[in-house]
Amino acid sequence: MSPSDPSTTLSDHSPISRRPTWLLLPPLAWLGAFFFVPLLLVLAISFATRGTYGGVEWTFSFANYVTMLDPLYLKIYLRSLALAVATTALCLLLGFPLAYYIARAPARWQGIWLLLVIIPFWTNFLVRTYAWMFILRTEGLMNTLLMGMGLIEHPIEILYSDTAVLIGLVYGYLPFMVLPLYAAVERLDRSVVEAAWDLYAPAWAVFRRVIWPLTKPGVIAGCILVFIPSLGAFITPDLLGGARTMMVGNLIQHEYLVARDWPFGSAISFVLMGLVLLGMLVYLKVERARQGDETVSWAGGDRQ
Amino acid sequence: MRDLAHIRLSTFYLLPLTFYLLISCQPTPDDGPKNTPKAGSSDASQTTTTLHYFTWSDYVGPELIAAFEKAAGVKVVVDTFSSNEELLAKLQSGAIGYDVVVPSDFMVSIMIKQGLLAELDLTKIPNVSMLAEQLRRLPFDPEHRYSVPYLWGTVGIGYDSAVIPTPPDSWAVLWEPRYKGKISMLNDQREVFGAALRVMGQSLNAKDPMLIEQAKAKLVSQKPLVKTYTSDNYDQLLASGEVVLAHGWGGPVARAMAVRPSIKYVIPKEGSTIWADCLVVLKTSRNKDLAMRFINYLLDREVAARTTNRLLFASSNREAKALVDEKVRANPAVYPPDSALNRLEWIADVGEAIRLYDRAWTELKMR
Amino acid sequence: MRGRRAWLLSASLADLVFLYAPIAVLMLFSFNASRLSATWQGFTFQWYRLLIEDVALLAAVQNSLLVGVISTIIATVLGVSAAVSLERVPFRGQRVVEGALLLPLVIPEVMMGVALMLFFVLIKLPLSLVTVTIGHAAFNLPIVAVIVRARLHKLDPRLEEAARDLGATPWQAFRRVTLPLLMPAVLGGALMAFTISLDDFIVTFFTAGPGSTTLPLKVYSMVKSGVSPVINALSAILVLVSMALIGLSLALQREREGQK
Repeated sequence: MSPSDPSTTLSDHSPISRRPTWLLLPPLAWLGAFFFVPLLLVLAISFATRGTYGGVEWTFSFANYVTMLDPLYLKIYLRSLALAVATTALCLLLGFPLAYYIARAPARWQGIWLLLVIIPFWTNFLVRTYAWMFILRTEGLMNTLLMGMGLIEHPIEILYSDTAVLIGLVYGYLPFMVLPLYAAVERLDRSVVEAAWDLYAPAWAVFRRVIWPLTKPGVIAGCILVFIPSLGAFITPDLLGGARTMMVGNLIQHEYLVARDWPFGSAISFVLMGLVLLGMLVYLKVERARQGDETVSWAGGDRQ
Repeated sequence: MRDLAHIRLSTFYLLPLTFYLLISCQPTPDDGPKNTPKAGSSDASQTTTTLHYFTWSDYVGPELIAAFEKAAGVKVVVDTFSSNEELLAKLQSGAIGYDVVVPSDFMVSIMIKQGLLAELDLTKIPNVSMLAEQLRRLPFDPEHRYSVPYLWGTVGIGYDSAVIPTPPDSWAVLWEPRYKGKISMLNDQREVFGAALRVMGQSLNAKDPMLIEQAKAKLVSQKPLVKTYTSDNYDQLLASGEVVLAHGWGGPVARAMAVRPSIKYVIPKEGSTIWADCLVVLKTSRNKDLAMRFINYLLDREVAARTTNRLLFASSNREAKALVDEKVRANPAVYPPDSALNRLEWIADVGEAIRLYDRAWTELKMR
Repeated sequence: MRGRRAWLLSASLADLVFLYAPIAVLMLFSFNASRLSATWQGFTFQWYRLLIEDVALLAAVQNSLLVGVISTIIATVLGVSAAVSLERVPFRGQRVVEGALLLPLVIPEVMMGVALMLFFVLIKLPLSLVTVTIGHAAFNLPIVAVIVRARLHKLDPRLEEAARDLGATPWQAFRRVTLPLLMPAVLGGALMAFTISLDDFIVTFFTAGPGSTTLPLKVYSMVKSGVSPVINALSAILVLVSMALIGLSLALQREREGQK
């Protein structure tokens, strides 16, 4: 787990704040070589045009970006955005108590709990999704159970609806929320929370004033990790949503792998990336203004 | 705290490690310990020639591969893809190392035009002489210079005869309001538009923007009736009764029949798609002779018959049909009746008109 | 106090039910005689038998685990060093670097896959398990970094400084003070990375070469012939073995504590 061998590169007299500068180089080099250079290739492609058989013709144009302003595609963006926001919110709602419980469990149970949360995700995504279809369909497990218990008279039609997509997305990304939240909550000083309770603060106030601010970095990290991939999801909307509508993920997938229009697919991807980054930037600006602190970063909250 | 971290660390590393060991210790059946077929091991490729076969998963039984390896004294490494477009994307980029691949008909024509395929020496593939009549002259490769059909089939309607007593004979049944919420359509733009165009009495390769627009309007009117657009699990939907009408390829419908015998298959009177997955050799292949020998092996009567029995896709070898299980042979979802053959049409590359289909498809989905 | 814990516990257990519902279903179907996971057709062990015989499938699992472990190690080491260095020193261009670190999270998978494939072909690095591992490490690095940073945030730097004052080398101070404090996040990040790598399809497909088929590639390519219940059997075994190992480690831990 060692970030690198320290003994040769560091003099004992260097202040701590010096250490990280070179530490940043290996990850940046890795990403530079295996992410940013490849990214430049597709950036170039996004300004090209589709060849007749799906190759890339190197004629420079902005056409792909202009096409995207079409209301048809804007509608797709908005739909995806709504679903991604809902997914993130639900993950947070479901994940917070779980993460909090794990972080407060006796130390040796914490690892076990984390593994319990993650193990379902070591099975293949496709078979998991098929299992959900079996649970949700008209004559599926859920309806059979509910009707057996006499809770409902007629089966609920959930499969092939936005609700089913939402269930699938929340299911798929819940650990992305739980893990960072756990890491943040675990650090929360137990005594601070206990002190608040001892002062007979109402539960909501304890949460709002004590727990929330202290775990906010974890919440933000979790939200980022859930929101972004759910924005680009495409298999869940197809299988659980019945492919009756499109999300951005489907559109990109369609352009790359069905229409074989790499330039347009790349252009959509870059616009998507741009929008997400813009959203984060706006968030940072707002946070900084609110806190009057210029060093606020996406890791959330304020810095000491 | 540190102690704790160590205990946990060991658990975390132990898990994948144990799986790995479990699998590595797996005794390999049949061919014993000396011939461990570990994918991608380089020491094996130095001593024996390795053939790389890039295909749909499960397209060839492992025992058939093993038999070929033994007979030819080579190693066959099988890799898999899950759509024609993925395959093309990968080959187009210049990824090399594969010898034999299995594109579908329309993709063969694109690959020929892209210059990705090697010319075949048909004298090395004598089994070509046993090709079924309707597969002899393919529009995209009439003389089999680059490709030989391997498995083929049709697109039609799978329906539950217990619910739909009068056998439907027209695509129009997919527009009948009384089956609302009980219909599934393929999640494939060309096939879905193909069905609409056929019901309009047009070719499913129409390029006229007017026709595509009309087909779209027809499909938009159908959309409220459609439960789901899916290409990969309508067999389950039919078998469980979730849908009673499924637009789909014959093979999956045949699979559903095995579970629910009331499922039937029909190729509508307006005509439909015929498809074939073809065997081709890549231009970049370094083992072209061996590749052709392998192709010939896959087209062998017995090998082909066993493949058809397992996959429920018809073999291109007409003599294999006699060896196929009686029930499979008589199944119209596997072997279409001769009377239907002249209503079938190949999906062709529509050139620039593909943009119209793309657009119309997106519009249909966003309704 | 009791009430709060009970409430948290029941919420957590509800989450577990949610997480394991489909797993229970696929375990059930791994014993279903029907090839289609649609209706129950009777009990069978045949999928387990077929699984043991399916050498190609097991080789794919092996490839997946290999890629998962190695890419996780790379991503964790690099991700932690990125997080640590970003948190401690404000420097010029920090915002740019932070944004850059986020980018791999934002990029749609297909585009990342295509980009990596084009890049590897361009630099003539043959597509293989090596390129798959490189790609996985690239998209997992930021995930580890984000999780670790969330924890690192507001960690008191004086702890490490105190260690330095007591004569620890910077490395010792990091190793003995900061890293243990970070451990929950490091483990969480690594677990996340391993899980994502194990189940990745798109990037893997584009970066895999001849002979480097992983489990997801195998499963997705079954769509044409129908995903075989053998995969259910495999998943069931994977889950059960994981559970057994957890139980084992728990028992060992108990024993060790008992000896103390």
